[in-house]
Amino acid sequence: MSHPATGAALRPHAEQSYADELAALERADSRPRPPGWRMSPWAVTQYILGGKLDDGTEITPKYIGHRRVVEIAVATLATDRALLLLGVPGTAKTWLSEHLAAAISGDSTLLVQGTAGTAEEAIRYGWNYARLLAEGPSQAALVPSPVMTAMADGRLARVEELTRIPSDVQDALITVLSEKALPVPELSTEVQAQRGFNVIATANDRDRGVNDLSSALRRRFNTVVLPVPATIDEEIDIVTRRVADLGRSLELPEVPTSLAEIRRVVTVFRELRQGVTADGKAKVKSPSGTLSTAEAISVVTNGIALAAHFGDGTLRPADVAAGIHGAVVQDPVSDSVVWREYLETVARERDGWDGFYRACREVSR
Amino acid sequence: MARVDTDRVHVLGVRHHGPGSARAVAAELERLRPDLVLIEGPPEADQLTRLVGEGLEPPVALLAYVPGEPARAAFWPFAVFSPEWVALRHAADHGVEVRFCDLPAAHTLAEPEAADSAEAAGGTPGGGGADGESGAGGGTAPAEADGPGGADTPLPAAGPDTGDDAHRRVTDPLGVLAEAAGYGDPERWWDEVVEGRETGPDTPSPFPAIAEAMAAVRADLGTGLSGAAAEREARREAHMRQVLRKALREDHRRIAVVCGAWHVPALLEHPRVSEDTALLRGLPKAKVAATWIPWTHGRLAAASGYRAGVRAPGWYHHLFTSPDRPVERWLAEAGRRLRERDQPVSSAHVIEAVRLTQTLAVLRGRPLAGLEEVADAVESVLCEGARTRAELLHRDMVVGERLGSVPEHTPMVPLQRDLAAQQKRVRLQPSATPRDLDLDLREDNGRRRSVLLHRLRLLGVNWGSPQRSGTGSKGTFRESWRLEWAPELDLSLIEAGVWGTDVESAATARVRARADGADLPTLTALAEKCLHADLTGAIGGVLAALTARAAEDTDIERLMAALPPLARSVRYGDVRKSDSAALHRVAAELLARVCAGLAPALTGLDDAAAAAMVRAIDAVQGAAVLLGGEPESDWLDTLGAVAVRDSAPGRVAGRANRILHDAGRLDDSTLAVRMTRATSRGVEPARAAAWLEGFLSGSGLLLVHDTALLALVDRWLAGLSGEAFTEVLPLVRRTFGSFATPERRAIGEQVRRLDSPGASGGAEAAPDDLDPRRAAPAVAAVAELLGLAAPVPG
Repeated sequence: MSHPATGAALRPHAEQSYADELAALERADSRPRPPGWRMSPWAVTQYILGGKLDDGTEITPKYIGHRRVVEIAVATLATDRALLLLGVPGTAKTWLSEHLAAAISGDSTLLVQGTAGTAEEAIRYGWNYARLLAEGPSQAALVPSPVMTAMADGRLARVEELTRIPSDVQDALITVLSEKALPVPELSTEVQAQRGFNVIATANDRDRGVNDLSSALRRRFNTVVLPVPATIDEEIDIVTRRVADLGRSLELPEVPTSLAEIRRVVTVFRELRQGVTADGKAKVKSPSGTLSTAEAISVVTNGIALAAHFGDGTLRPADVAAGIHGAVVQDPVSDSVVWREYLETVARERDGWDGFYRACREVSR
Repeated sequence: MARVDTDRVHVLGVRHHGPGSARAVAAELERLRPDLVLIEGPPEADQLTRLVGEGLEPPVALLAYVPGEPARAAFWPFAVFSPEWVALRHAADHGVEVRFCDLPAAHTLAEPEAADSAEAAGGTPGGGGADGESGAGGGTAPAEADGPGGADTPLPAAGPDTGDDAHRRVTDPLGVLAEAAGYGDPERWWDEVVEGRETGPDTPSPFPAIAEAMAAVRADLGTGLSGAAAEREARREAHMRQVLRKALREDHRRIAVVCGAWHVPALLEHPRVSEDTALLRGLPKAKVAATWIPWTHGRLAAASGYRAGVRAPGWYHHLFTSPDRPVERWLAEAGRRLRERDQPVSSAHVIEAVRLTQTLAVLRGRPLAGLEEVADAVESVLCEGARTRAELLHRDMVVGERLGSVPEHTPMVPLQRDLAAQQKRVRLQPSATPRDLDLDLREDNGRRRSVLLHRLRLLGVNWGSPQRSGTGSKGTFRESWRLEWAPELDLSLIEAGVWGTDVESAATARVRARADGADLPTLTALAEKCLHADLTGAIGGVLAALTARAAEDTDIERLMAALPPLARSVRYGDVRKSDSAALHRVAAELLARVCAGLAPALTGLDDAAAAAMVRAIDAVQGAAVLLGGEPESDWLDTLGAVAVRDSAPGRVAGRANRILHDAGRLDDSTLAVRMTRATSRGVEPARAAAWLEGFLSGSGLLLVHDTALLALVDRWLAGLSGEAFTEVLPLVRRTFGSFATPERRAIGEQVRRLDSPGASGGAEAAPDDLDPRRAAPAVAAVAELLGLAAPVPG
C-alpha cells in the first residue's frame, strides 16, 4: 500500500504525522530490539509517553495517563501475546493502538474495522472472483486481509471494536493467534506469521448487545483496561493537546484557544460523568451518554471552527454551547431534564459562568 | 570513639521483616557460629527465648505490658521471615545463648508522655488507635493503646504514608535506599543489589557493606530527628552498647548482634562508657511483664495500623519460604486460587503471566520482576482485565493471612489475667462441667455477667452459649446460658490476645475489624451484639458503617431484614439501661429508607416472592411498633398507599389493609368496601385469593378471639350477592383451608355465637351460669394486678 502525499490527507496516519519523532527515536535507540520491531520496547514507551531525547528532539506525549498501562501494553506485544485494549468509549483505545502500531511496525494501516457485518474474509482472505473464475484458485486470485498481510510482513494488525464482530468470525482469529499461521486450503499452502507480527484489538466494555469473546479467544489476549482520566488537569491537558493537533491538521484558522473555555467544557463533562460537582458538595444526575474525553475534544474543536468562521475569532461560550448540548442530550426526553437541572442548579450559581449559562439556555430554548 | 573488636563482635544490620536480610542472617550465623546472639528487642523477654524451640509458631509477637494497666503495652512482632526470628531460631537450634539488647520496656513504658507525643508508635491491634475510653479502670489511658515502640523499632515510624522521612530513615534505611534507587519493592532491591541474583555458600557476606553504607548515610544526613525522639534514639543505642560491653567483659568469643541497619555504626564505634551511663541514668522505670502472643499477618501489614510493619507480609513470606523461582510459584498459586473460585485459568495463562512479568521488568529496567510486575500480570493475564477480581485476589495473597501459635506453658497474656479478674468480680468461675445459668438483667450482677459472656463470644471464646434464642422477643430482661469451660478456650483466649489486652478493648477491636466491609444484616446483628456486650466504644463505628451501607444498599429486602434486630436492640437497650438514642436514630433512618423503597419493590413479584414480602412487612411492622412515634406513623402511611395500589401483589395489599385495620387506621366500613372490591368480579380470582390470604394469613386463632374482625369478615361474606358468593367461595375455602382443623371448628362455633341474639355485645357478655363466689378470688387477684381497688365480694 503506498501512501499518497501526506499534505493532502484529511487525517494523516500516526507514522506520517510523527515521522520525525519516530526517525529520531530510531536513531537514538541503542537498546535491543525484538525481531521485527522498528525500535526497542523502551523507545516505544518513550514515543507514547513523551520525553526528550539526548539529541534534543522533543517527543510529544501521545497518551497522557498511567505509565503502567502503556508499559503493560508494550510488554505484552513484546511477548508475542495479542493485546486487548478495553475501556469505555473515548478513552483513547484506538488512538493508543494506532500509535503502538506506528512505533513498532512503522505502519498503522493494517486495520480491520469490526462491525456486525464484518465477514471472515476481513480476517482471513478473499478472492478476486473474476480471476478465480478465469484461472481457478491461484496465488494471484487471492485477496489477502490486513491480518494476512501483517502476518506475511511481520507487522502489527489492528482489529477495532472486536466485540462487534460476530462470534463465528471472531473465532477465525484463534488459529491466527495460536498457530501463528493461516492455512489456505484452496492452494494447499499457508501463510506463516513472520517475527514482529501481532494483533492489537480494541473493545468497548460499555456497549450492550455485543458479542463477548469466547474464552478460547480471550485467553490469547492480555487485557489492558484504559481508565478515564484521573484528574481534571490531566483531562484538560489531553483536550488542549488534541484540539491543537486537530486544528493544525484541519487547517482551521488560528484561534486563540482560551484555556478557561476548555476547562469549563472539561468541568461540565466530568461533573456530569461522575454525578457530583467538582467540589464534591452537590450531586448531579448523569445523562445517558458516556461524555468521554473524545467528545470533549470534538466539542472544543467544533467551537473553534464556529469561532473562526462565524464568530469574532475567539472561542466564546456561545461557540461551545451548541456542541455541549448535543453531546449531553442524547436522549431527548430524559437527558434534557438532566441538562436543564444541571444548568439551573450548578452552572447558574457559578462565578464567571454567566455567559455560558445564558448561551446554553439559548440553545436548549 | 573506640572501634570495637570486629573479630569478636559481628554486627548484622538488617531490614526489619526483610526476608532477604533474614536469609543473609541465617547464612552469616551458620558461618560465624557465635557463642552469644544479641537481638534488638526488650531485655525483659530474655527469659522467654527458651520458648522459641518449644513450639512457638510465627507470626508471634513479644508483648511487654504494665500489669494492671493493659493499655500500656508494646508489641514486637516476628514473622518467619523476620531476621530477628531467624536469629532466635538459630540460637535455639544450636543451644546458643540469646539476649535482647534494646532499651528495656520498663523505661519506654514508664514515660507517660511517650504515648501522647508524636513519636509514640504503633496503632492498636484493632487498628483504631482511638481506644482512649477503653483504658481499664478509667483514668487517662493513652490515646495510642499500644504504647511506645509498638515495634521492634521503638522509634515508631510515622509510617511511610505520613511521609515522615526522618523516622522512616531510622526504621527502614535500606527501604529508603531502595526507593532512591528506583525500586518499588525494597526486597527485590536487596535480592538484586545486596545479594546478587542467587544466594549460595560462596556469596560474600553483605553485612560489612551495609555497615559502611549506613556509616556514610549517618555521617551525611544525621538522624534528622530532634528533641525527645533524638534523645530516645541515643538512649537506645547507648543501652545496646552497654549490653554489648557487658557481653565482652564476660569473655564471649564470638558475639553476633542482629539489629536494624541504622544502628550498626553506633554499635561499631563506641564513645566513652561514662557518656553512655550518663545517658541512661535516672530513667523512669515501670514494673513490666512480658510474654509471647500469637500474631497474624494481617496485624503485621502496615494497613492495620502497625506502622513499622510491612505492606506485603504474604509476599515476604513467599519470598522467604519458596526455595527458588518465587515469581513462577507465586503466579501458579494465584492461578490455583482463581481456579478454586471457578475462574477458567489454565497453565497457559500462568506461563503467559510469567512471561509478562519478565518483559515488564526488562521494560522498567529492573533485573528481577517484583511485586508490582506480578500484580500487573495477575490483572492483565490471569484475570483478563477484571480489576476488582485481581485486586481482591492480590490483597488476599499479599497479606497471606496466617495465625501464629504459642505453646501451652507460655506465661499468661494480659487478656487472660483480665478475664480472671473479671470472673472474680462477677463471681462466675470457669468449670469444665456444663451448667445452666439464668440471668436477670435488671440486677447489676446479672447484667455484668451477661456482658462478660457476650464479650467473650464476640472474641470467639464461647464459654457460655445462649439457650433459647437470645434474640427472642419474650422476656427481654431474662437470659439463659449454658456454661462450659473447655481447654481449647484458653487457646482461643490467647489468640484473642491479638485484639487487645483486656476483654473490653479486645472485643471492641474485634467488632471494629468485623464491621469493616461487612454487609447490612451482619452489621445490624453486630450492633445488637455490641449492645448485649455493652461495647460503647464500638457501637458508634458499627452504626456509622451501618448508615453508610444502608445508603448504598438498594436491595429493599436486605434493608427490611436488617431493621428488626436493630429495633429489638433499641428496645433491649432500654432494658439494659444503655444509651440507645443513636441506635434509635439509625433504626428510624433505616425505616425511612424502607418506606421510600417499598412501593417500587412491590411490582412484578411472583406469589412466592410476595409471600416473602408479606413476612418482611410483618417483621418491619413489628419493628415500627417498637420504634413508635413518627417513624411508625410514616410506615403506616406508606402501607396506606400500598393498600390501595392495584399494582401491588394481592397478598401484600391484603396484608397492608389488615395491618392498617389492626392499627386503627382503617374503619370497618372502609375495610368492608375494600374487601368487597378486592374480591369482586372484575378482579382476577387468583389475585382475590391472594388478597384474602394476605389479609387473614396466619390468624386462624386470632379470628376465634377477635370477634370484631370475625364479625367484619362475617358481615362482608353475608353481604355478598348470591352470584358473588359463588365466585368468592373457592377463594375463601382456600384461605380457611390453610387453618388447622381445631381452629376451623372454633371459628365455626364462634360464628354461631355471633349470630345468636344477645351476642351483639361480643364475647364479654356474661353467661348465666356465673358463680360469683367462686370467681371472687380471681377477680380480686386481677384487680390487684391492675392496681384497682379490690371489689367487695358480693
